[in-house]
Amino acid sequence: MHQRYLGPLVALLILGGCATSKDLVVLLPDKDGKVGKVLVQNPKGETVLDSAYAAARTSGGGLQRNAASQSEVKDVFGTALTAMPPRPISFTLYFESGTDEFTDQSKQEVKRVLAEMARRPAPEITVIGHTDQAGPDPLNDALSLQRAERVKSMLVNMGISPDRILTAGRGRREPLVRTADKVSEPRNRRVEISVR
Amino acid sequence: MQTTRLIGVRRFVLACALGFAPIAAWATDIAQFKVAKGAVYLERGGKRFPAYVGTHLQATDTVVTGADGSAGITFIDNSLLSIGPNSVLAIERYAFNSTTHEGVFDAMLTRGTLSVVSGKIAKQSPDAMKIRTPSSILGVRGTEFLVRTGD
Repeated sequence: MHQRYLGPLVALLILGGCATSKDLVVLLPDKDGKVGKVLVQNPKGETVLDSAYAAARTSGGGLQRNAASQSEVKDVFGTALTAMPPRPISFTLYFESGTDEFTDQSKQEVKRVLAEMARRPAPEITVIGHTDQAGPDPLNDALSLQRAERVKSMLVNMGISPDRILTAGRGRREPLVRTADKVSEPRNRRVEISVR
Repeated sequence: MQTTRLIGVRRFVLACALGFAPIAAWATDIAQFKVAKGAVYLERGGKRFPAYVGTHLQATDTVVTGADGSAGITFIDNSLLSIGPNSVLAIERYAFNSTTHEGVFDAMLTRGTLSVVSGKIAKQSPDAMKIRTPSSILGVRGTEFLVRTGD
């Protein structure tokens, strides 16, 4: 290489070295069109991304906030986006009151769970028990986990490998229907199956 | 709580002592490959293994893709991550309590491209999920975003 090209090249390398990595962060709209929020911080400053396609870029010049075009997103992130796993999906099951028997509708829902698993690569599920607002937290946590474990055994009996099933007890933290405290509400006594 | 998955050095050492089996389902599994195309590797304890659809991940694993590689990973809190070619992504810390949804999720993208859909951890606690690059820290309030880092 000629000597006269070396000067600018070295300067560029030094500048590049000081600037550390070149980052690009782009916020996307969610599947339902809502937009989340990402806070980007680095030695050059910080910025909040809170609109669709808002972008933060760092380079030698500092931190810039602008927008990314859809074609840029496709060019830079197309392969990563194509590799995104399928979205998890949830099914809700109810019991005949006071029994371990699913309602007729829930029996159909179990078939949909099996069909959904068959469609997915390396499918797994989490069986999540929920209670109503009656009773204290520790009791509801235990009760909801017990219910989830029962459903897990039913699913294992139907042929799903136990290795693919996690159980969780959410207790009264996630009611389907908002009620006052201590209210017994059958719609909240349910088991959710999250397929991922 | 039995469902809390906090992975420490002890379990990691145990996994090595028992003879590491990448496909076996350990209690410390936090995620699984759902997509693996081209060259995709998992680094654990200084060793590198090829990763396939169905390979489980543990906290402190690193995922590496080659020039033709890409990978998609689903975590037990329903966080989704995918990386494009020539990428290096280290899971630095992961814990998830499936009862309270409290947890922590720290990952580092050293090189390449990353796509994220945050899950239950970030939804429960806005400061619980952090993605770093060599020069930036991203605080994840939700939900879908993309990161590229490089020289």
